[in-house]
Amino acid sequence: MISQFFILSSKGDPLIYKDFRGDSGGLDVAELFYRKLTGLSGDESPVVMFQDDRHFIHIRHSGLYLVATTSENVSPFSLLELLSRLATLLGDYCGSLSEGTISRNVALVYELLDEVLDYGYVQTTSTEMLRNFIQTEAVVSKPFSLFDLSSVGLFGAETQQSKVAPSSAASRPVLSSRSDQSQKNEVFLDVVERLSVLIASDGSPLKVDVQGELRLKSFLPSGSEMRIGLTEEFCVGKSELRGYGPGIRVDEVSFHSSVNLDEFESHRILRLQPHQGELTVMRYQLSDDLPSPLPFRLFPSVQWDRGSGRLQVYLKLRCDLPPKSQAVNIRLHLPLPRGVVRWTFPAYQDPPATGLPPQPLCWGWALQASPLNSPGTHAPASRFASLGWLSGPVATPTPTSGYATLATARPMSFGSEAPQTRTWQQRKKASKWEEDNIFFLGVLAYGSGCRQRTPES
Amino acid sequence: MPYLGSEDVVKELKKALCNPHIQADRLRYRNVIQRVIRHMTQGLDMSCVFMEMVKASATVDIVQKKLVYLYMCTYAPLKPDLALLAINTLCKDCSDPNPMVRGLALRSMCSLRMPGVQEYIQQPILNGLRDKASYVRRVAVLGCAKMHNLHGDSEVDGALVNELYSLLRDQDPIVVVNCLRSLEEILKYEGGVVINKPIAHHLLNRFGCLSALFLTISISWMSKLDQWGQAEVLNYLLRYQPHSEEELFDILNLLDSFLKSSSPGVVTGATKLFLILAKKFPHVQTDVLVRVKGPLLAACSSESRELCFVALCHVRQILHSLPGHFSSHYKKFFCSYWEPHYIKLQKVEVLCELVNDENVQQVLEELQGYCTDVSIDFAQAAIFAIGGIARTYTDQCVQILTELLGLRQEHITTVVLQTFRDLVWLCPQCTEAVCQALLSCEENIQDSEGKQALIWLLGVHGERIPNAPYVLEDFVESVKSETFPAVKMELLTALLRLFLSRPAECQDMLGRLLYYCIEEEKDMAVRDRGLFYYRLLLLGIDEVKQILCSPKSDPSLGLLEDQPERPVNSWASDFNTLVPVYGKAHWATIFKRQGTEQCGPELPRTASFAPSGHLISEENKERVQELPDTEALMLIPNCQLTAEYFEKTWLSLKVAHQQVLPWQGEVHPDTLQMALQNCCWSPRTQKCRSL
Repeated sequence: MISQFFILSSKGDPLIYKDFRGDSGGLDVAELFYRKLTGLSGDESPVVMFQDDRHFIHIRHSGLYLVATTSENVSPFSLLELLSRLATLLGDYCGSLSEGTISRNVALVYELLDEVLDYGYVQTTSTEMLRNFIQTEAVVSKPFSLFDLSSVGLFGAETQQSKVAPSSAASRPVLSSRSDQSQKNEVFLDVVERLSVLIASDGSPLKVDVQGELRLKSFLPSGSEMRIGLTEEFCVGKSELRGYGPGIRVDEVSFHSSVNLDEFESHRILRLQPHQGELTVMRYQLSDDLPSPLPFRLFPSVQWDRGSGRLQVYLKLRCDLPPKSQAVNIRLHLPLPRGVVRWTFPAYQDPPATGLPPQPLCWGWALQASPLNSPGTHAPASRFASLGWLSGPVATPTPTSGYATLATARPMSFGSEAPQTRTWQQRKKASKWEEDNIFFLGVLAYGSGCRQRTPES
Repeated sequence: MPYLGSEDVVKELKKALCNPHIQADRLRYRNVIQRVIRHMTQGLDMSCVFMEMVKASATVDIVQKKLVYLYMCTYAPLKPDLALLAINTLCKDCSDPNPMVRGLALRSMCSLRMPGVQEYIQQPILNGLRDKASYVRRVAVLGCAKMHNLHGDSEVDGALVNELYSLLRDQDPIVVVNCLRSLEEILKYEGGVVINKPIAHHLLNRFGCLSALFLTISISWMSKLDQWGQAEVLNYLLRYQPHSEEELFDILNLLDSFLKSSSPGVVTGATKLFLILAKKFPHVQTDVLVRVKGPLLAACSSESRELCFVALCHVRQILHSLPGHFSSHYKKFFCSYWEPHYIKLQKVEVLCELVNDENVQQVLEELQGYCTDVSIDFAQAAIFAIGGIARTYTDQCVQILTELLGLRQEHITTVVLQTFRDLVWLCPQCTEAVCQALLSCEENIQDSEGKQALIWLLGVHGERIPNAPYVLEDFVESVKSETFPAVKMELLTALLRLFLSRPAECQDMLGRLLYYCIEEEKDMAVRDRGLFYYRLLLLGIDEVKQILCSPKSDPSLGLLEDQPERPVNSWASDFNTLVPVYGKAHWATIFKRQGTEQCGPELPRTASFAPSGHLISEENKERVQELPDTEALMLIPNCQLTAEYFEKTWLSLKVAHQQVLPWQGEVHPDTLQMALQNCCWSPRTQKCRSL
């Protein structure tokens, strides 16, 4: 049972505020929440907070706070699930979820909330049922067009990207298919994987963890049946064996309740009749031994001159993706120790970057495009990229303090977006490094939500 | 938040709403209304345009109607007289041929939340309950609850309740769930009213009978419900008491499929139901917890941090009863770089609890990595976690902690020292190793806790640490610039203790320290302590030894702190609620606060212990803890106690001890104060205990 529901921008401005039960007692509940949230001390968790006789439960989604208040001892799982469902729903109806879209579609959001929750009780969250009751049309900032997404190359030449839909193709409201001009029978199937790897200094993976999701966003008329075929070698559990090779194996898999699994055992086919909007068809997990090699490998080497206090970090990154795939938006973060006085970064950048330690004690490098398939690079050479080297810290005169600054180095993180590919066994890449013997801590961690979008007709 | 120019905005909107040209143009009219709503959300007071909005409600445009009704529901409590004008339109809409309009009007009318609206909504609700469109029935059923709550403490309308019961057999699943919710709300307040208790009892019994009947229907029903409905019905089923074992297992078999649901809310709801129904069958409970392991672990690594956090809290709850439950999955609880702070802290706690012989090596290695984290809080939490594991796996942990000392980082050293202090007290076998480690530890600590720990260790185990007197000497040298009185007190005690074992090295500086504390120190507590030791020394060394040579360790305390495994039934009713998320202790304070507001005079009795905690000095505390009835003494942090209440409680206590002071003629107030202070400990502590 929810008493109030509101959406705040990241700065705390109320975008949507709805009081379902009228028990706010004249308080500005939204402001109360934001004040409490910003005033939390370090060891308190912000997810569930208690203030003035009410519990605040919130999720953060695309920079917005979706907050529900309740005075009862509710199930936190259900409530959080409801909040994320609301976020998906708002995304479905408004195209995407952001401060801009919400404030443009205030009327639509209120209308949705009115139908989803009555007196604080959930009525329905099915996009299909809600469609019948929602009258307002979403206001989209600019009409969707394939042309503004650089899918056409120079002089009209076909680029590689024109074969795949741009990543924003799916972010349009489900209801806009009611208005005639953009009515397209499109289905977007995303494989979103999060891979986190912890690697020992000798290069052997200590911990591998993959969480994947099959997300479907459908603009097809409701009731149309869809069959999704997975590879027949798809094995669930450690013992199952299918096909000849190592196969594609996951430890656990769970499906959405609307998926018909009659043909799953025999042919690995999922049958479903998706409603319009987004739906997580399948979730799977895999830990420890990966059947395929890791997509990236990093070869760090650290030289430390005790006399001058100069540290040289040489990083080599190797990408082992299949040639037809490419990694985009690779980011590498190398946190700097506290004692860094000066750093230089001479490799492959013109002019060489140099300077004082940046404030968050972190040095990051975002590669705009993949260095692997950038134009002008020969294919064999492109499989291997040297990222450069970094030198520092310079002024750490006493050996003891130099030792300490190194030991408190932050983990190094590294992220990329997954290659666009049609086979779903390609995994989202991320890794984590740890070097024990030289007190160099490095982590390669993955960036945020990556999507592979493959339109099917 | 009012901001400048808000009056102009209201004026302008008012004008626009009255403008006949705008009224004629559907889209423009709607846009103006949208602007009103937007300003309303931002916190601007838009109640001035209520009249115009009422006019705007008479329209065929459904979008506009919805917006206007939203506006009305917000401002009706402020403008009840004007809102009555809108009732007419709403009533008309309630008999509209379009079910959507009927539902909308009925819902809005029930949500008006102003006095006097009940008489208008009663008939539309009754009509709505018999409406042929399920959409309207859903709204009407919840409308009953709204109407009842508007009445406040009024009686239950028996006819309405009966009507709701009969609607439990409705075709539409949402109507059924709404009926349950509505009945729950209506009957909730009824239980408390004394006059109607027989009626309420009767109704509750019916509710019980209904559950039996409800079972047969509902389980086939429940598969038709969506996940929210399922989770809620599972919650209602908690109240049902099966009459026989056979029935119980029938229910469990029927509900089994919900444990496999893809929604975490339903899975945990079903788990709770299983745990509570099977409270006499521990093996079933264990079995269920094994089944729920997978979904919980999936939630722990879910993309939503909030869900992950809540799942971790529940994992900890399960670990209290089944310590080995998640041990084979320890890698799932390793922290990732990008995770927020609160999740990392939870994961460290979980790791600390699931450690066993097989995974201790890996877990310690992982924790060791966290100790050098850039976030100081997280690093310290990891070190404390290692300290917790050290109670079982002492040698490995002490080695790790010793290595950490070598880093010479202040925030690490201070926590390591505190861990050592606790460890030496609980596990005396590691004393030798700790003393070795202390040798290399130099005094680069700034905070009070760390200093106290170091000084305590040097004082108690000084005879094994060759350079102990010289480290303490540095502290004595800089005692003038010391800011924490607690450190000075600790220093006094430690030095006196060390003096007993190594008199030659300590005599001189002990003299200096006592001189400083008695002559120059401003803090009364420190001064008193100095005087006390001085006088003690005057009595002779044997007296001092008798007082200061307390035991140096107490392994039995360690066993006390390792809480025994709690039975599943002790927390089964808290599963899938907010209790594990807040933590039991925090929840108790929240609950108490709520409790005190509801029943003022019944302030929790334990509250009066809170001030008495301050009255017990450091030494006495230890003694108090040794007493057998320690359970009775519970300290509650952050408890507020009014002066009147304290006085009332104090006066109501029976006198346990009386002391007569001779008082003749003129007495200096200070003398009296001193005399009182000398004797006031015993009666007060006794008084507290008699609470």
